[in-house]
Amino acid sequence: MENNVLLSVRDLHKWFYLRRGLFKGVGYVRAVDGVSFDLQRGEAIAIVGESGCGKTTLGKTILRLYKPTSGNIIFEGKNVTNLEGKELMWYRRETGYVQQDPFGALPPFMTVKKILEEPLIIHKVEKRERIKRIYEVLEEVKLIPVEDFLNKYPHMLSGGQQQRLVIARAILLRPKLIVADEPISMLDASVRIEILTLFRELQKRHNLSVIYITHDLSTTKYFSERIFVMYAGKIVEKANTLELLKEPLHPYTQALIRAIPDPDPNNRFILRDVPPGEPPSLLDPPPGCRFHPRCPYAKDICKKREPEELEVRKGHFVRCWLYA
Amino acid sequence: MSSVLLDVKDLYLYYSTRKGIVRAVDGVSFKINRKETLALIGESGCGKSSLAKALLRLLPRNVHIFKGHIYFNGEDLMKLSESEFSKRIRWVKISMVTQAALNSLNPVIKVGEQIAEPLIIHKGIPKEEALKKAEEALSLVGISKIFADRYPFELSGGMRQRVIIAMALVTNPDLVILDEPTSALDVLTQANIMNLLKKIKREVDISFLFITHDISLSSELADKVAVMYAGQIVEFNDAEEFYESPLHPYSNMLLASVPTLRTDKKLAFIPGSPPSLIDPPKGCRFRPRCPHRFKKCYEEPPLVDLGNGRYVKCWLYAGGE
Repeated sequence: MENNVLLSVRDLHKWFYLRRGLFKGVGYVRAVDGVSFDLQRGEAIAIVGESGCGKTTLGKTILRLYKPTSGNIIFEGKNVTNLEGKELMWYRRETGYVQQDPFGALPPFMTVKKILEEPLIIHKVEKRERIKRIYEVLEEVKLIPVEDFLNKYPHMLSGGQQQRLVIARAILLRPKLIVADEPISMLDASVRIEILTLFRELQKRHNLSVIYITHDLSTTKYFSERIFVMYAGKIVEKANTLELLKEPLHPYTQALIRAIPDPDPNNRFILRDVPPGEPPSLLDPPPGCRFHPRCPYAKDICKKREPEELEVRKGHFVRCWLYA
Repeated sequence: MSSVLLDVKDLYLYYSTRKGIVRAVDGVSFKINRKETLALIGESGCGKSSLAKALLRLLPRNVHIFKGHIYFNGEDLMKLSESEFSKRIRWVKISMVTQAALNSLNPVIKVGEQIAEPLIIHKGIPKEEALKKAEEALSLVGISKIFADRYPFELSGGMRQRVIIAMALVTNPDLVILDEPTSALDVLTQANIMNLLKKIKREVDISFLFITHDISLSSELADKVAVMYAGQIVEFNDAEEFYESPLHPYSNMLLASVPTLRTDKKLAFIPGSPPSLIDPPKGCRFRPRCPHRFKKCYEEPPLVDLGNGRYVKCWLYAGGE
């Protein structure tokens, strides 16, 4: 069992240093503040949270696009937290990144062929092998017939095609881990599901591990095995996707689920029971449980002490004093 | 019982660009009754925001054609001069809440004064009285009066959006256009704003035109639904029928692609992507992506009236053929 773990994250912190005005001194934005989890080979997890909760920073830190402030990232049994130079290049090859804005992620002056060839050159793949590999990935993301796309520039592709190209680039070097940060939020409603379905197919076929970062809880059901809910820099609940959606334990998760409508003509007659207020600043989060100022069940202890992570049911973890 | 507030007939809005003529609004007709909310659903680039701008006559310089009829309280707004339109209609009778508005509050003017501004400018109400009305509008959107003296940067995103809504309501308009009013907001904040809009809908004699690409969200407010595709309205339906069994193949497939939390449906997607508004497909514009297409679809489909104000632009309902 143990050797089936691809990635272990242990007590990961990423704080950003920030000067607060001329005389006020300095502070830290605690974007990722003590995150731990294991990711299995071939498993897709969804990290769900609102904007500013630190989910993008978490993804980028795991990919080592940011240097962690503290904590450890273990990939295939190897500690990659402080890798540099050649070894970091190896880690780059083992991981792939799909970001939100496909057009922004693609260099506008390069053709599809160039965009895909570049990483292969950097990682010293032979020329004949390069062309073969480019054809393979374009076919995999269904940009076919391949010849029609090779010499196109990104602006000549539709949003969905651009995102396919970004996915093709992410899987080009046959990585084991992909971090997909809001991969569909810039796309049209009618093509979103197509992209997610393609992604899921590739994940299954290549036994990829995927970290799917999103604010949209409703897509997670179809595209992840487990859900992690993040609030103000911390993961507050982890569980199996179906269990989390059916029996959410953390008051924040419960509110998130209540807040999301399904298409239903009766929605207009009901008011949703959601907490007021907005997520706290990561510069100066509230003491104790970070959700307590908005929580309808907040007790005294919630304001004073930070809740530890508890395994309430097998594989279902929550950080909340209600279950202590 | 329900009287017609807005009656749009054969509205066209084309832009001229270097690449060609963009047919953003291409022969659109619909009605909104008093106290009713119409949700206008469509994907990006289908012309829904252009339609909103056409109603408020907030047009860019490169307009190629702008014609048709916009009857509002029985009066054709297209016949009004710009100065009349600005004096009597824009922000007085029809106002708008947009997603970009979140960042368009003036940072150096107090919130109360900004809300009062439309009253002073469009209605010529003295400043003191206008400020009082602004405070009333603030409390209507659930913000304490004391915030009238604050600056926008002192407010959170959700509160700023409430201020924008207060600004749209302060003149007591008959119609408020909500153009993606919550797409820049977080899930919980969005739900709070939707609660607010539902309350306003109940308590105030007002109609909304709710423009969104989010089908689940549209059902939070919609009494009626209009679906827009490539510059045209392809379906107009009651909310009850639309969310259960939509008429147009596009609506059907769009609804099938919506992920849900509470049901176990299988997701489907629409192959291909929306057409360009410069050179839309001949005949039915959805034809290249439609699983039901047949020979007839190469001709422009008629608007088929299905009674009770419901209609659909599709040959499948034309019958006889």
